[in-house]
Formats: sequence, structure tokens, C-alpha cells
Amino acid sequence: MDWIMEPWPWYVSGAAISLTMLLLLLVGRNFGMSSNLRTFCTICGAGRHNEFFRIDWKEQRWNLMVVLGAILGGYLAANFLTADPAVAINPNTVAELETLGFASAGSAYLPDELYSLKALSDPKSVALLALGGFLVGFGARYAGGCTSGHAISGLSELQWPSLLAVIGFFAGGLVMIYFLFPLIF
Amino acid sequence: MRTLSYLLIGIFFGITLFKSEAASWFRIYEMFAFDAFHMYGIIGTAVTLGILMVQAIKRFKLKSFYGEPIVFCQKEKSVSRYLFGGFLFGLGWALAGACPGPMFTLVGAGYIPVLVVLAAAILGTYAYGLLREKLPH
Repeated sequence: MDWIMEPWPWYVSGAAISLTMLLLLLVGRNFGMSSNLRTFCTICGAGRHNEFFRIDWKEQRWNLMVVLGAILGGYLAANFLTADPAVAINPNTVAELETLGFASAGSAYLPDELYSLKALSDPKSVALLALGGFLVGFGARYAGGCTSGHAISGLSELQWPSLLAVIGFFAGGLVMIYFLFPLIF
Repeated sequence: MRTLSYLLIGIFFGITLFKSEAASWFRIYEMFAFDAFHMYGIIGTAVTLGILMVQAIKRFKLKSFYGEPIVFCQKEKSVSRYLFGGFLFGLGWALAGACPGPMFTLVGAGYIPVLVVLAAAILGTYAYGLLREKLPH
């Protein structure tokens, strides 16, 4: 059982993600995480003045259970199934990130510079997290899905729109790290 | 029973996201820097197996565990919404290092600042709802 405490190799991880999609299909649902963000808006009352959020959120309860599970899964994995959370990224990447100011590269799961409790008192870190989150939420709904809905489900169903969305995801990601990171960090 | 099945699938998914390191900001950066095969291997394996699963479901007309036909949602035809929306999503994905699934997993893993990302993602979704009519789709 030692392997479970180690980071899972890509082929185990990829198979487990496709199994998640298959299990959801077999219980009659479609895999998609970002639609939960819309459900949260509806629960907060966004439907009162905007038609886009006028949905019956109770029909989305199943997906909120998946969200609850994903939170619990994160808790279990981080606390009971991980010996060392450090992510062994490519040494070249570590060196590159160090020049950008990410000293925790190679020795942590998430960069301390953005995700430590201390970072919460740094206005720049908080602003960057908020900007990143805002773009993910806005972009996912604009594109009609995120990594789970487009890159996994949509591509598995050989849907052209999902391929376009994934091309968009990559274009955005590349512009961010090659052109904007040197300006931001 | 059904509710429990969703919860269990979610737990499995959450553990997978954390253990695969797909929820790690560093892995996302490394992917966009083309410095490792890891994330491409994960997505490639998931999609390859996913295509086989979907084809099998269609070919053998498989039903769900509850005897209902399995329906795939056909995404509407458009180019601009997928490219523009996808581009904005990608900017955010690389900056925050988390897409919606991993956001939830990281909340459970105890990274408090990810709540800022999640709250902003909900706000971003809301902003899209407000601006939707004015955006090219």
C-alpha cells in the first residue's frame, strides 16, 4: 500500500479521472465542475435580477454532493494519504520559478508566495488570487465549461466546441506564463 | 442511495485530483512551460480511455445503473465563445494554478487562501451572467 502514499503516476491519475467521468455517466449525470459556481450564484439570490441565474438549484443538488465529496477527498488525501506533499517538478522549472521569486518551488504542494497564510496579509498576493479566480469563473461560464466539462468530457465525446475551448485554455495559459508572469512577478 | 453515490464519486475525484498533483499550482506552471509530460499524460490517458468509454456506451446502448438511457449534452455551435471564454479561463488557470475541481479539493486540503480564489470565481461567474448579452457568442 506504499504506492498510495506517493504521488500517483500519470497513467493511474488519468485512468482515475476517466473512471470518475464514467461513474457519473452510469449514475445518469454529466461530469462538469464549473456549473456549481453558477448554482452558488443562484443560491445567493442572483436569479432575482438576472435571468441567467434563474435555474432550479435543487436539480443541481447532485453536483453539490460531488463538490462536497471533492472537498472531503482533498482533506483525506492531504491528511492521510500523503507522506510528503512536495511536488517534484522539473529542476529547470524550479530554477525558472526561483528567478521569478518562488522560493518554495520543488519543496511544496502550492507556492507559499500565494497560498500560505502569510500571503493572505500581502495585498498583491490576494489581488492575484482574486484575479485568477475571477478569470476562471468568468471564462468557464463564457466557454460553457472548464477542464472537466470540456477537456475531459467534451473531448471524450469528440465534440468540436470542446476542442476549441481547450485551444483557448492553452492559449490563455501560455500568454499568462510567457508574457504576463515576467511583468507580474 | 443516489445522493451517497454522488458523494462517493466526489470523494474519489477529490483524492485523485490531490494525489495526481493536478491540483498543484506548480504542475500547472510546469505544463504550460512544456517542462514535463506529467499533466499531458494525465489528460491524454483520461481522454483516450474516455473516448473508448463513450464509444462503448453509444455502441452497446448502455443504460445507467437506474435503467435510464445515458444522454450526452451536445455543446452548441459557436467559435467565438469557446475561444474567447477559453482564453480568459486559461489566463486564470495559469495564474491561480487551479481550475474549478481542484479549487474544492484544495479547500479540503486546508489551503485557506484558495477560498479567495473560489469566492472570486463565483463573482466571475456572476459577472459573466450580467454581461452575457453584450458578449460575442
